[in-house]
Amino acid sequence: MSDPILKVKNLSVKLEEEEVLKNISFEVKKGEVLIILGPNGAGKTTLLKALLGLIPYKGKVTWASKNISYLPPQELVQRKYLPPMTIEEFFGFKNVSKEKILEIFKEVGLDPALLKRPFGALSTGQFQRMAIAWALVDEPEVLLFNEVAYGIDAGAEETIYSLLHRFWERRNLTVLLITHDLNIVYEHADNVLCLNKKEICYGEPIKILTPENLEKTYGTGIKFYKHTHK
Amino acid sequence: MGIISALIMGTFVGAAAGYLGTLMLFKRMALVAGPLGHLTLPGIALAFLFGFDISLGAFIIVALGIILIWWLEIKTKLPMEALTAIVFAAGVAITFLFIPEEKTIPALIGDISQISPIVTAVAVILSLFVIFTLKKIYKKIILAEISEDIAKSEGINVKKYNFIYLLCIAIIVSLGAKIVGGLMTAALVAIPACTSKNISKNIFQYSLGGLVLGGLSCVVGILGFKFTGIPAGLLIVLSSAFFFLISLIFHGTKK
Repeated sequence: MSDPILKVKNLSVKLEEEEVLKNISFEVKKGEVLIILGPNGAGKTTLLKALLGLIPYKGKVTWASKNISYLPPQELVQRKYLPPMTIEEFFGFKNVSKEKILEIFKEVGLDPALLKRPFGALSTGQFQRMAIAWALVDEPEVLLFNEVAYGIDAGAEETIYSLLHRFWERRNLTVLLITHDLNIVYEHADNVLCLNKKEICYGEPIKILTPENLEKTYGTGIKFYKHTHK
Repeated sequence: MGIISALIMGTFVGAAAGYLGTLMLFKRMALVAGPLGHLTLPGIALAFLFGFDISLGAFIIVALGIILIWWLEIKTKLPMEALTAIVFAAGVAITFLFIPEEKTIPALIGDISQISPIVTAVAVILSLFVIFTLKKIYKKIILAEISEDIAKSEGINVKKYNFIYLLCIAIIVSLGAKIVGGLMTAALVAIPACTSKNISKNIFQYSLGGLVLGGLSCVVGILGFKFTGIPAGLLIVLSSAFFFLISLIFHGTKK
């Protein structure tokens, strides 16, 4: 790990007069995996959108790379009312060679025959792998993933994260990831940012995910099992 | 000369309408062409009253209507389809206050008997403009429809492309009003796209199918008018609907 690839200083976001994020500051180094934790409505998605410049914000966001790939939660990806588009045509939006697509399909464990299938005809698991392949095919330096394993069972979720882990280690990718799963944090994160409209805690999971901080993040009454290893 | 001009104009406007319809269909806006078509009626009435081309009158009123709907949406936060209903209903009511009675039917179902070579040339140029513009933004609009956030994160200016797309709709609805009348412009965009979707396996076939079927329906309808005297607008819509019925045979065999 080296210089910061992302610096965020006093980031605040107001949506329809409501303050959704207040004074968030953190840094992400090149090759770091930062997981963003927080309950529903904590501002996690808003934070990713602000980092991408998709919504207006106050404060300073400085990227040292412009090569960023973003995947929203699968529930927000329209798959039903689309033209009869094949997966290959979908990858055509990225302007990459067929060889490159076949290579990435092999890496994520997808059958190349799927390229001829309609976009809406993939299973949830296949679609998730295809989405990951799409995000990675033009070799980004930074990945922003929002609930990448949404809607798939626990076993498949672990497979998806292991797959991603291999990618970001092999390619030294910087990753910002939203998840609700604490196991994923302990397994994969270098740092964690706990949000609940404001910054609750930020740092190495093993150090900062204390019962107090988790209660502050999720509210009282949360029960959890504390891991003692990474 | 009149029928040749009509055939040329019909082919190009029909093709552009069919191509545009393939985008409107999956944006679930195919029916919007209906109210916008009705919105051409005050413009057509003005054109009849003051003696200028009806497509020009139609375009001015449709463009103003789109701006009015856009402004009302920001001002009132009411859904766009509700505002479209208000604006087009008011437009139709105003039309029948002052349109000459003998011009009512041509305004509603179109009239291709008086198309001049100049109007044809302008229609061809505008249709080609719409086709090439849409070809340039087609993929970007699809990606924005799949996920606006992904599209924006890929650097696509979604607002800009949606504006260009709306401008293309205004042009085609205005040109279409001359061929099939204000009443049936939705058919010009919606039916070829639906037919094409039934028989296509990918975007290339789908968009090309919409373009070809749109042009073909107009050719069949205008030739039908030449031989039967039945208004071309009706025959264009009916031939388009016939192609749709035929496509149902192939729909089940598509994999």
